Amino acid sequence: MEKRELICIGCPLGCMITVEMDGAEVVSVTGNTCKRGDDYARKEVTNPTRIVTSIVNVTGGHLDMVSVKTKSDIPKGKIFDCVKALKGVTVEAPVHIGDVIVSDVAGTGVDIIATKEIFVK
Amino acid sequence: MKSYDIVIIGGGPAGLAAAAAAKKSGIDSILILERDKELGGILNQCIHNGFGLHTFKEELTGPEYARRFINEVEELKIEYYLNTMVIDISHEKVVTAMNREEGLFEIQAKAVILAMGCRERSRGALNIPGYRPAGIFSAGTAQRLVNMEGYMPGRKVVILGSGDIGLIMARRMTLEGAKVQVVAELMPYSGGLKRNIVQCLDDFGIPLKLSHTVVDIRGKYRVEGITIAEVDSHGKPIPGTEEDYDCDTLLLSCGLIPENELSRGMGVEIEPVTSGPVVNESLETNIDGVFACGNVLHVHDLVDYVSEEATTAGKNAAKYVQGSLPENSGKEIKLVPTGGVRYTVPKTIDVDRMADELTVRFRVGAVYKNCYISVYFDDEQVVHRKRPVMAPGEMEDVKFKKEKLASYPDLKTITIKIEEA
Amino acid sequence: MYDIIIIGAGVSGCAAARELSRYQANICVVDKEEDVCCGTSKANSAIVHAGYDAAEGSLMAKLNVEGNLMMEQLSKDLDFSFRRNGSLVLCMREEDRPNLEALYERGVKNGVKDLRILTKEEVKELEPNVTDDMVGALYAPTGGIVCPFGLTIALAENAAMNGVEFKFNTEVENIVKTEEGFELSTNQGVLKAKFVVNAAGVHADKFHNMMSAEKIHITPRRGDYCLLDKTAGNLVDKTIFTLPGKFGKGILVTPTVHGNLLLGPTAIDIEDPEGTNTTRAGLDEVITKAQNSVNNIPMRQVITSFAGLRAHEDQHEFIIKELEDCKGFIDCAGIESPGLSSSPAIGKMVAEILKEKADLKEKDDFIATRKGILDPKELSKEEYSKLIKEKPAYGNIICRCETISEGEILDAIHRPLGAKSLDGVKRRTRAGMGRCQAGFCSPRTMEILSRELQVDMGEITKSGGDSKIIVGIDKDKL
Repeated sequence: MEKRELICIGCPLGCMITVEMDGAEVVSVTGNTCKRGDDYARKEVTNPTRIVTSIVNVTGGHLDMVSVKTKSDIPKGKIFDCVKALKGVTVEAPVHIGDVIVSDVAGTGVDIIATKEIFVK
Repeated sequence: MKSYDIVIIGGGPAGLAAAAAAKKSGIDSILILERDKELGGILNQCIHNGFGLHTFKEELTGPEYARRFINEVEELKIEYYLNTMVIDISHEKVVTAMNREEGLFEIQAKAVILAMGCRERSRGALNIPGYRPAGIFSAGTAQRLVNMEGYMPGRKVVILGSGDIGLIMARRMTLEGAKVQVVAELMPYSGGLKRNIVQCLDDFGIPLKLSHTVVDIRGKYRVEGITIAEVDSHGKPIPGTEEDYDCDTLLLSCGLIPENELSRGMGVEIEPVTSGPVVNESLETNIDGVFACGNVLHVHDLVDYVSEEATTAGKNAAKYVQGSLPENSGKEIKLVPTGGVRYTVPKTIDVDRMADELTVRFRVGAVYKNCYISVYFDDEQVVHRKRPVMAPGEMEDVKFKKEKLASYPDLKTITIKIEEA
Repeated sequence: MYDIIIIGAGVSGCAAARELSRYQANICVVDKEEDVCCGTSKANSAIVHAGYDAAEGSLMAKLNVEGNLMMEQLSKDLDFSFRRNGSLVLCMREEDRPNLEALYERGVKNGVKDLRILTKEEVKELEPNVTDDMVGALYAPTGGIVCPFGLTIALAENAAMNGVEFKFNTEVENIVKTEEGFELSTNQGVLKAKFVVNAAGVHADKFHNMMSAEKIHITPRRGDYCLLDKTAGNLVDKTIFTLPGKFGKGILVTPTVHGNLLLGPTAIDIEDPEGTNTTRAGLDEVITKAQNSVNNIPMRQVITSFAGLRAHEDQHEFIIKELEDCKGFIDCAGIESPGLSSSPAIGKMVAEILKEKADLKEKDDFIATRKGILDPKELSKEEYSKLIKEKPAYGNIICRCETISEGEILDAIHRPLGAKSLDGVKRRTRAGMGRCQAGFCSPRTMEILSRELQVDMGEITKSGGDSKIIVGIDKDKL
C-alpha cells in the first residue's frame, strides 16, 4: 500500500489530496473538497498527462519562430521526448493556427499544431 | 493634424478588446497605436496555455487568445499603426507619436484609452548587491529571447520570484535544455497559480524556497554564481543561512509595474498602491474622456478579466464621444478598501453614470483562509461572502447592480474588507 | 614603434591622448577592456569639484581648480554635458564649525572663486529638502556635474580624429626598458614605444613598480552608489556634501546632468583591483547617510546601484611626472578624486611633460572640436520630423524609457571608436539607463549591433570579453 500526496490544481483552493494506492490501483482519495479534485487525483496518479507548448523555427516568415502545442494532452513521461522531437524542426511560412507541424509526436498519437499565424515576409 | 474620435494607446489584449467594444458601440473613427511589429502585446510571447477559460470556455495559448481579438479588430476594420511609439499625450488629448514612415506626428483625440500594459521590476530596483554581469534578465526579457527570437539566455539558471512569469520561465528554460536549479521567493507564499507550481516546478523537480532572496551575485562579466539566504518576517536576510549556487543566469520575476509615464505626463492622477490611474465607475481617469484598462490600470492575473475590463472601457469611451455618458451627478460614492483589501478599481462610483452592473475588482494583501469578503454600504453590511482561500496573487471582485445602489440615495462610502470567521 | 604609448583609456589616459594629439607624434592608447571608459571613469560621482577639499599647495588642488575652470569651454568644444550647479558642504553640528571655516580658508587659498559660508536659513532657502539638522554650509558656486562617459568618450573620439590609435582588449603584462625606449608585452603581442604614459588607474602601481626602485602603492578604495529615477532628480539642485572626513568627501546627494538623483559613495578599502561589486553593507551605508543630509529621498525610486574603485595612492596625491630612475616613463598615477574634475588639466600637464621630453612639434591641422551623437529630442518638432524623413531610423524608438531611437544607436556604432557592446551603446546613447534598466531595449539593441557589426547574435556582449548575452539557440542542449 502506497500513499501519494499531491496538490489539486483544479481551482485556487489547491487542496492537499492523499491517494492510497495498491500497486497501480487507486484504493482511496481523501482531502479533496469536490468531484473535480477526485477526478484530477485519480488521473494524476494513474495516467498523468500534460499539454506541451514549445516553439519551432520558421523560414520566410514575418517572425523567426512559431509557437506550437500538442493538440491534446500527452503522457507526462513523454514530455522530453516530445520537445526533443521538435529540435531542428523548421516550417515554411505561411503558418496558420492549427496547422500540423509534426504528426504523432514521439509516438504519442498526438499531433503538434501551430498556435500562431505567421505571414510570408 | 489628424483627428480620431478614440485613440487607443497599445494594441495588446486590453487595447484590442477596448477597440472592438467601441466599434460595436457605434464609433467608426478609432485608431490603435502599437509600438511592436504586430498586435497582441505581451500575449505574443506567452506561448503557454491557460488563457481564455472564462472568455471562450477553452484553454488557449497566449498567441491563440490574441488572434481571436486581432481577428475581430480586422473584421471590424479598425485602423491601427504598428511600430509606432507614443511619445506624449497632452492634457487636451493631443497624442504625439512617431514611426519610420510618418516621422513625428500629432493626433487630436476626442477620447483616449490608456492600454499600455506594464514593465518588470529590474535588479537595480530590487537593490541586490554584487557585480553587474551579463546573464541577469527579467523573466519577461528572457521569455522574449527564448520564445520570439529562439535564443537561450543561459544554461544553469536561478530564478528569483515565484509569480507566474517566474514559474512559466522555469518550465520554458527546462524544456529548451537548460537546468533550473532553484526558484527563490521572498514571501512565505508563492504569488503564482498552484497549477504552475505543479506543472512548472514539481514536474521537473525544481525546488521552491519560500522566504528566501538573492543576497549576492558573483561574476564580473557573466554571472558565475548566486547566493540566496533565508529572510525574516521583515524580509531581511538572516545571517548564516546563505546558500551558494553555481549558475550562469539569474532570472528575476519580482513584480510588474504599470507603465504610466504617458499618463503622468498628461496630468492623470495615479493611485500609489497600484501605480495605475485613479478611475471612476466608467474607468475614466481624472481627465474627462481619458479611460484606462488592463495592466496599465492595475496588474491582472487572468487575461479574461483584462478583456472584460477593456470592453467596459471601450463602451464608455464610445458613450463619451457620443455624448451619452451622463454628466457627473456631483454625488460620488467613495470606495474604501480596508482590513486586508489593498485597493479597489474603480475608486469612486457615480450611480447615475454606471451601467446596470458594475464589477469592482480588488486584491488582498495577504493569504486569508476561511474568511469573508464583507461589503458595507456606509455602516450596513450588505455582502458577507465566505471564501475558503484568498491570496494576493488572485484578483477578486464584487458586482453591484445599479438598482441596488440607486436604492441608497444618500450612500457616501462603500467599504470592502476581509473579516475573520 | 610608437612615439608614445598610453596605458589606460580612462579619463586620464584619454585626456592625455587628446592633448598629445595636438603634436606630431605616433600615439597609441592601450586598454585591457573592450572600450574606453570601462574602469573608474564610468563609476564615480560625476562631480566637477570646486577645489576646496584638496590639500593646500598640492598638485591635486592645483589641477582640480584648473580642470574645473577648463571644463566649461571643453564641454562646448567637445560636445558633452556639463552644468555648473554649485555645491553645498553641510556642517551638521556647531562644534564642527571650525572645520567648515578651515575648508573655506583652504578653498580660498587654493584659488576657488566665489566661496562663501551660508547660514542655516540661507541653506534651506536654496535647498528646501536639505535636512534641518545642520547649522550652515559652505557654498561653492563653481562646483559642477558632468557626464563622465560623455567626457571620456569625447576626449577619446577627438584624439582618434587627430590620429591617435586605440587598441582594446590589450592587456599589458610586462614592460622592459630598451635602447630606443620600451617594449610592452601584451596579450596581443609586443608593442614598442619611445615613451610610455602610465594612466592605468587601479593598476598603475603595478606598472610603476616594474620600472622604478621607488615603489608606490595603490589601494583600490570602493565607492558604492545608488541611482534614482528622474522623478527624484529635482529633489535638490546643488550637490549636497557633508564635511569631509579621513576617508574622503563622504556621501553626497546630487542631481546628475541627465536628471537622475545620485547617492554615494562609500569609501571601503579592498584588495582586489577588479572588485567592483557592491555589498549589502555598502548600499545600506549609502541609503542611511544620504537620508541624514537630505529629507524625502524616495528610496522606492532606486533604479540601479553600482560601485567604482578609486586609485588611492598611499601619499594621497596625484603622481604626474617622469620617473627619475626610468627616463621616458611618465606616471599619471594615483588619480583618485578629484581626478575627473582635474582631467582636462591632467591631460595638459602630461602633454607638457612629453612636449619637453620628446621635443614634440605642434600640428597645424589639429581638429579642436568634436560633435557628439545627435540627440533629436533637442530639435524642434519640425526639425525632428524632417530628420525622420531623411533618416527613418530616427523614427524607430528602441529605448522607450529614455526615448532613444535606432538612429542614435547607429550613430554610436559607426562613429570613431564606435560602440561594440550593449554597455558601449548604453554609455554613448543612454539606451538602457532608464527605469526598466534595458529590460525592453536590450533584445532590440542586440539585433542592431548584430546587423551593423555583422556578427552573430551569440557574439554580442554586455561589456566585451566573456560577457555574452546569449549562450546558444533553443534546444541546442537537448
